[in-house]
Amino acid sequence: MWVLLIEIAIILVKIGVVVGIMFFLIAYLSLAERRVSAFIQDRLGPNRVGYFGLLQPLADGAKFFFKEDIIPRHVHKVLYVMAPMIILVPALLAFAVIPFGNTTTIFGRPIQFQIADINVGLLFIFAMATLDVYGLLIGGWASNNKYSLIGGLRGSAQLISYEVGLGLSIVGIFMICGTLRLNGIVEFQTAALAGFLPAWIPRWNIFLQPLAFVLFAIASLAETNRIPFDLPEAEAEIVAGYHTEYSSFKFMMFPMSEYANMITWSALAVVLFFGGWHLPGVEHLPLPEFIRGMVYFAIFWGKTAFFLFCYLWVRWTYPRLRYDQLMKLGWVFLIPVGLLNTMVTGIVILLLQG
Amino acid sequence: METALFILFSAVAIISCLLVILKKNPLISALFLVLTFICFAGFYVLLQAQFVAVLQLIIYAGAIMVLFLFVIMLLDLGVKQARIFNLFFQKSLGVIFALGFCLFLVSHFGRRLIPGRKGDLPAAVVEAAGNSETFAMVLFTDYLLPFEIISILLLAAVIGAVVLTRKKL
Amino acid sequence: MSTVPISWYLIVSAIIFTIGVIGVVTRRNILVVIMCIEMMLNAVNLTLVAFSRFLDSMDGQVCVFLVMAVAAAEVAVGLALILAIFRKRETINIEDINTMKW
Repeated sequence: MWVLLIEIAIILVKIGVVVGIMFFLIAYLSLAERRVSAFIQDRLGPNRVGYFGLLQPLADGAKFFFKEDIIPRHVHKVLYVMAPMIILVPALLAFAVIPFGNTTTIFGRPIQFQIADINVGLLFIFAMATLDVYGLLIGGWASNNKYSLIGGLRGSAQLISYEVGLGLSIVGIFMICGTLRLNGIVEFQTAALAGFLPAWIPRWNIFLQPLAFVLFAIASLAETNRIPFDLPEAEAEIVAGYHTEYSSFKFMMFPMSEYANMITWSALAVVLFFGGWHLPGVEHLPLPEFIRGMVYFAIFWGKTAFFLFCYLWVRWTYPRLRYDQLMKLGWVFLIPVGLLNTMVTGIVILLLQG
Repeated sequence: METALFILFSAVAIISCLLVILKKNPLISALFLVLTFICFAGFYVLLQAQFVAVLQLIIYAGAIMVLFLFVIMLLDLGVKQARIFNLFFQKSLGVIFALGFCLFLVSHFGRRLIPGRKGDLPAAVVEAAGNSETFAMVLFTDYLLPFEIISILLLAAVIGAVVLTRKKL
Repeated sequence: MSTVPISWYLIVSAIIFTIGVIGVVTRRNILVVIMCIEMMLNAVNLTLVAFSRFLDSMDGQVCVFLVMAVAAAEVAVGLALILAIFRKRETINIEDINTMKW
């Protein structure tokens, strides 16, 4: 009985840590986006509120809190209120299976730094990405507005088109690692790359599957509706698309879910291709167990922060793709190249085993 | 714990199924059907079939119902007007026969079942090897021919869907 | 073993199947009819997986995979047909689509 309660308490603490970090990152990602965009555009960003503008998210939050929450008369009330919630929940839920640290022994009991170690973990993240489409569709339709409807339909068509490319790009990783569990994929990458290379080069999937990483990067940019793929929600193009009719707190949940998706896909890129929480030299350092767990935790979030910076960097580097170019890229380029990657990986595995 | 989850999932599934057929607006029906499919995924997890559960979420809740929602939004269906003639007698006759069918099924399954021929993959073996691994083993050895035929079927469906929706037929 | 006996799963599946049958017989909007067909397919999937668990075999789950693929193909072609019909006739009441009756 006590054991069950302690297990539940540990899971609740892990959930609290993950949700806390997610919301903290979402808030400061909005600040980071403005500062990084500003530096790329050769100007300063918001730096008045607190040192280096670090209290800016609090000011933004207070502004949104005091804005009037309007529900227009012509909308479908129930769906209008539910759409931001529907889009936020899968984005947060997908983070439940991502391992953000090693299995550390704290107070004599081994604690996995992962909320749920499902044995089909990677497919669970795809399922959450698939369920994200409903928020766009329902938000676009419930607003009872032509621009919102077109933006919602385009956005969801874009999302479901790039899901196929995303799935194909990581089939090669399943074949190499032999498991769908994210913990298993990270453990696979902790070994050395090859016998004839120095032992400190780990077997990260970026060395084994570089083409898959390129496809994954393109597809995850499209999945999170970031530039160069953000036509459905761009202000200059379609009057902010599916979130035209939303104001204050409900509007804030749409960018929040976009940032949550960005964090999840960056973390997934780190786990799948860059070794997760693993860095080659750390297991040889003489550290107490708890400190080593914290070091791995910090390494994971450091790598994720680098990929988040790459998302922000790409935003101001490439122009926006037109909608037909976007669909053509997804169907005509990503899927055949993904299939080619899968085929080549299969042939190489067969030759190496035989 | 498992019983409580089963009762929760089955209550939500049955109520949303009823709402699917009772609501007039087809979009609301489609959304309740999505809720039903999510409950079914919960059932599959309770039955230790995790791979089928995520497949249910990805294929049914994520692709098929999105397709339905697209068609409903593109066809711009509202709550339609009443028809000239009422089909109350036919509908109630249909409902009565369907309920009789349900009663027959429930009375048959509620009794003690004759145990069928047991296979050779008990739950312990499946869990040791992993659900997806045993699934793949059975799929690609015993069911290889249906798998290949399904791929041809999907190709035919893709070609059919593209041809049927072209402007000039 | 599972604390939920198999007959409970089969009863839930039978109820959902019946609700699907009532939907197909009662509703006039063809999209809702196809949705109820999907509901019936899902009820059968639940029966297959329940038997697969209780008879120690993976065949049920593999059959469910094949049924899901067939359902996806059927929905794609069915919705394409509905779009083509709607373009021609501007209605989706199944009573109006009756030119093949005698």
